[in-house]
Amino acid sequence: MSFTYQAGTPFAGDGIKDVSGTIHDGSYTAIIGHTGSGKSTILQHLNALLKPTSGTVTIGDKVITNETNNKNLKPLRQKVGMVFQFAENQLFEQTVAKDIAFGPQNFGVSEKDALALADKMVAMVGLPHDVLEKSPFDLSGGQMRRVAIAGVLAMQPEVLVLDEPTAGLDPAGRHEMMTMFERLHREQGQTIVLVTHQMDDVADYADTVWVMAEGRLIKTGTPREIFSDPAWLKANQLGLPKTAQMAQQLIAKGFHFDPRPLTETELADQLLPQIGGGQHG
Amino acid sequence: MGNVIRVQHLNYTYPEAKHQALTDVSFDVAKGEWLAIIGHNGSGKSTLAKNLNGLLAPESGTVEVAGMTLSEETVWDIRAKVGIVFQNPDNQFVGATVADDVAFGLENRGVPRDEMVKRVDESLERVGMTAFADREPARLSGGQKQRVAIAGIIAQRPEIIILDESTSMLDPAGRQEVLGVIRELKDELNLTVLSITHDIDEAAVAHRIILLNDGKINEIGTPSDIFAHGTDLLRLGLDVPYSEKLKDALIQRGVAMPKAYLDNERLVDYLWTLHSTM
Repeated sequence: MSFTYQAGTPFAGDGIKDVSGTIHDGSYTAIIGHTGSGKSTILQHLNALLKPTSGTVTIGDKVITNETNNKNLKPLRQKVGMVFQFAENQLFEQTVAKDIAFGPQNFGVSEKDALALADKMVAMVGLPHDVLEKSPFDLSGGQMRRVAIAGVLAMQPEVLVLDEPTAGLDPAGRHEMMTMFERLHREQGQTIVLVTHQMDDVADYADTVWVMAEGRLIKTGTPREIFSDPAWLKANQLGLPKTAQMAQQLIAKGFHFDPRPLTETELADQLLPQIGGGQHG
Repeated sequence: MGNVIRVQHLNYTYPEAKHQALTDVSFDVAKGEWLAIIGHNGSGKSTLAKNLNGLLAPESGTVEVAGMTLSEETVWDIRAKVGIVFQNPDNQFVGATVADDVAFGLENRGVPRDEMVKRVDESLERVGMTAFADREPARLSGGQKQRVAIAGIIAQRPEIIILDESTSMLDPAGRQEVLGVIRELKDELNLTVLSITHDIDEAAVAHRIILLNDGKINEIGTPSDIFAHGTDLLRLGLDVPYSEKLKDALIQRGVAMPKAYLDNERLVDYLWTLHSTM
């Protein structure tokens, strides 16, 4: 598929150029690339907020083309839940319960069932039960973000699309939120698409990586494949996860790793036999 | 050198709040120092910053900035000495163009036009944004927006810059861009920098770190002193340095590791010593 912004006008600009790829059921796919590489434009095609200028995007059994009518997109939008950057800016209701219940009601769930869902989702995102009757605007920024995410989860989407969901949160908040998505993925088989600048999150959580540059999909692979070539990453203005950086420093000193570790657990395991395996303790 | 900020027994309670937001906070900041203030959300970091430039008035205790004791009489003179770069780059623009925006603060202070034009040009050049002078601020990247905000501040010739989580909404490239500019300006203009941050890399460049917890100063120390808290840092509002995470993973595997903080390089050296004595 390709996408041109303001196609057919003098302001036309390339957004996406000839991208082909598949995101599988139950996968955790990270999309990386520096600012302006087309990551967010791709995301907006995943629930037809944008339609391809040429080519097709298939979500489940629904094929989206340039010709697709906007009228029949509701089932698709229920299927793909989008958590935008700074999602808390979209809260609007008087209470947290009503805000979370809004989405499901919009898709035909009764008020009673929608409020029951709100109850369940608040627990799922790790908020105390008593926030349900509070105004979302009395909560902290991190809590508001969770309410917004609960609202997306309440629509019980098959795919959860996350655009830098932890931006602006403090480190403990970031860690809790990424652990929450990991649990949804592991325990409920939730398919996740994550756009991020955090290479550590890619190494820790994703099973598939798409690398975007200038609107093109320039590489796909597992995190291990993507991060095995530091020179290539550097040439594309992308960083390494912290473990991979540390491994490079250790290799330069004379240590050996095979395969190159991606997490501190893997690095510690591979270091152990090379430093006397704890015999010094 | 001398102190450019002196805070003594500062207390602050928000109107109608049950608990004090700041309790008996005292510290000095030397001219030209880079001081980081860390703490979890709600620990009092931003309240402290607002007490330093009179956006909030201390309940008791004193705040001295650039030789003046903060009071109703001095607050405007003190604000002229202290510039704050806020978290959200989109909330601090008023001008239609980048140059107008930088000029705004100077117009407010009644700086004559010739002097204003000179300072706007000079400030934009210092942050590397001269080429963008006639652009709309809305069209810039996050890092560029923060550089424009910084230009607006240095145009007013402050002695102190407070970074109030000013890199937290930026991507890694934008964060490097902003910290790089601050580091250069600090040296060129002999500025004092206070950075309120959750970012470990930003805290690491500070000379000293103040650790706030529930409105009290828990500890003041060098980055090495503070980073030695290891995995506890997450609870204290900072990320854990990578070397401390690896150290922790090795300790859990039965390896004896030094208690003191080691940065990556020193940890690599230490591990190599273990390797060599196997």
